[in-house]
Amino acid sequence: MLSVANVSKTYPNNVRALEGVSFDVAPGEIVAIVGGSGCGKSTLLRAISGLDRPTRGIVHLDDEIIAAPHEKIGIIFQEPRLLPWLTVADNVGFGLAHLSASERKERVARALDRVGLTDKADVWPRELSGGQAQRVAIARALVPQPEVLLLDEPFSALDAFTRVDLQDHLLDLWADTRPTLILVTHDVEEAIVLADRIIVMRPRPGRLFEEIEDDLPRPRDRQSAAFDHVKRRVLAALDRSLGRNISVDDRQAKAEQGAAMWW
Amino acid sequence: MSAFEMTVTSAPQTDDAADTISSRWLRLWRPLLGLALPLALAGSWELAVHMGWSNGRLVPPPSVIGANLWELARSGELWTHTQATLLRVVLGFGLGVAAGTLLGAIAGYSALTRTLVDPTLQALRAIPSIAWVPLFILWLGIFEASKITLIAVGVFFPVYLGVMGAILSVDRKIVEVGRAFRLSGPALIRRILLPAVLPAYVVSLRSGLGLGWMFVVAAEFMGASEGLGYLLIDGQQLGKPAQIVAAIIIFAVLGKTTDWLLTSGTAPFLRWEDRFQPRAET
Repeated sequence: MLSVANVSKTYPNNVRALEGVSFDVAPGEIVAIVGGSGCGKSTLLRAISGLDRPTRGIVHLDDEIIAAPHEKIGIIFQEPRLLPWLTVADNVGFGLAHLSASERKERVARALDRVGLTDKADVWPRELSGGQAQRVAIARALVPQPEVLLLDEPFSALDAFTRVDLQDHLLDLWADTRPTLILVTHDVEEAIVLADRIIVMRPRPGRLFEEIEDDLPRPRDRQSAAFDHVKRRVLAALDRSLGRNISVDDRQAKAEQGAAMWW
Repeated sequence: MSAFEMTVTSAPQTDDAADTISSRWLRLWRPLLGLALPLALAGSWELAVHMGWSNGRLVPPPSVIGANLWELARSGELWTHTQATLLRVVLGFGLGVAAGTLLGAIAGYSALTRTLVDPTLQALRAIPSIAWVPLFILWLGIFEASKITLIAVGVFFPVYLGVMGAILSVDRKIVEVGRAFRLSGPALIRRILLPAVLPAYVVSLRSGLGLGWMFVVAAEFMGASEGLGYLLIDGQQLGKPAQIVAAIIIFAVLGKTTDWLLTSGTAPFLRWEDRFQPRAET
């Protein structure tokens, strides 16, 4: 069980990025965090990862307090952040330095096979496409078998087709070991396709605004009426979180045109 | 290469073999193309002197320089002087690189050291290094120690600046990957910082080496009984322009060779670089 207890973050320039954020995530649950820009969702993710420490409040994983990066918590960033001087295989095995060479090799080979990049094992990262590079980053984060995987807008830099592909792929990989996933995203459809629960945040200072359960049966059909219904609920919550008084009905027409990418 | 590609696409079977043969031929001989210009210039000057258009006394023709080189080589003098100069450069370069790398790495890694040390070093860097010569002679005598120190000072600054700048410009996002995988300080340096600064480090080594060759001449001008710099001074005092040009040619060959050794020695570690590679024209 991952629990975020009353976490606040104030930056040295007195910007209050987070204010008293608390929530629990059950093992194996997939949670999406959405919100307008500046609502502190990336700050929250960095606090959970241990890369940054909150000003107040605590992040727990089971009985441990997370104050620094932890072996049970993996993170995938918006950019692949592959190390350009390592081959694809060595990048995937980066977090396995403590294992013997043979075991490392075997686990890397298995991970590359799972993301469909076995034939790219020996190439340099510069030779990969954006989608391939992000798949390598996913493999790198998953290969140490973390209990919690954090994703900070992982697919936002990719084109629409690749994005949908990778969302499905991520769910497929998640099913292997069922880690807890916490995903920060701009993309409402992405949140609905992936998550069991969607947390909407409101900005200045960043706080939790609303939680929306997403219990659509998997695999989820992006075209179904039920999907659309959840989408409208999320978009309405986002509007309210930003203090806009647009009725859900009003949004309906817009939602159909362009709300798939909600900024 | 583009011309080849076009022909390959129009007639794949026949030109395949021709393409590999031509490209192998090019790979072997392309470096020699760089010799065309100096050889042409030397040839025309030789011709000009031969035809009597110039007496070639102040600018000796290649044949005279060649004869001079041959004479120096035959008497063993060439080897003595080259060895002396090379030894000075190697020692000075080694010392300068060691000090520059160490201080540059510390200054790049620790903000406190940087604020403490960097302003002083930048002020010292502003002093023309030749200005140290009288002081070095007073302190270290006129023999090897003062010469090697001067070369080391010349090599130190580009290496120091290069290493410090490279460390400061390592991508924060890449360093964060190391932190996310819980690398300890030494592991972070070995697995992230070192490979990340290597390309810039090689560049700073090359400019350091270039300055090393520059300063060895200055060092040898300040009084040496052997070395290529001594050959230059000797040639000037005794009016032997051929000897001066011969020494200059040896400098060119040595400088180019050591630079080539440096780049080809480090190239295997930099194969991953995603850099601009202008395609060679055929």
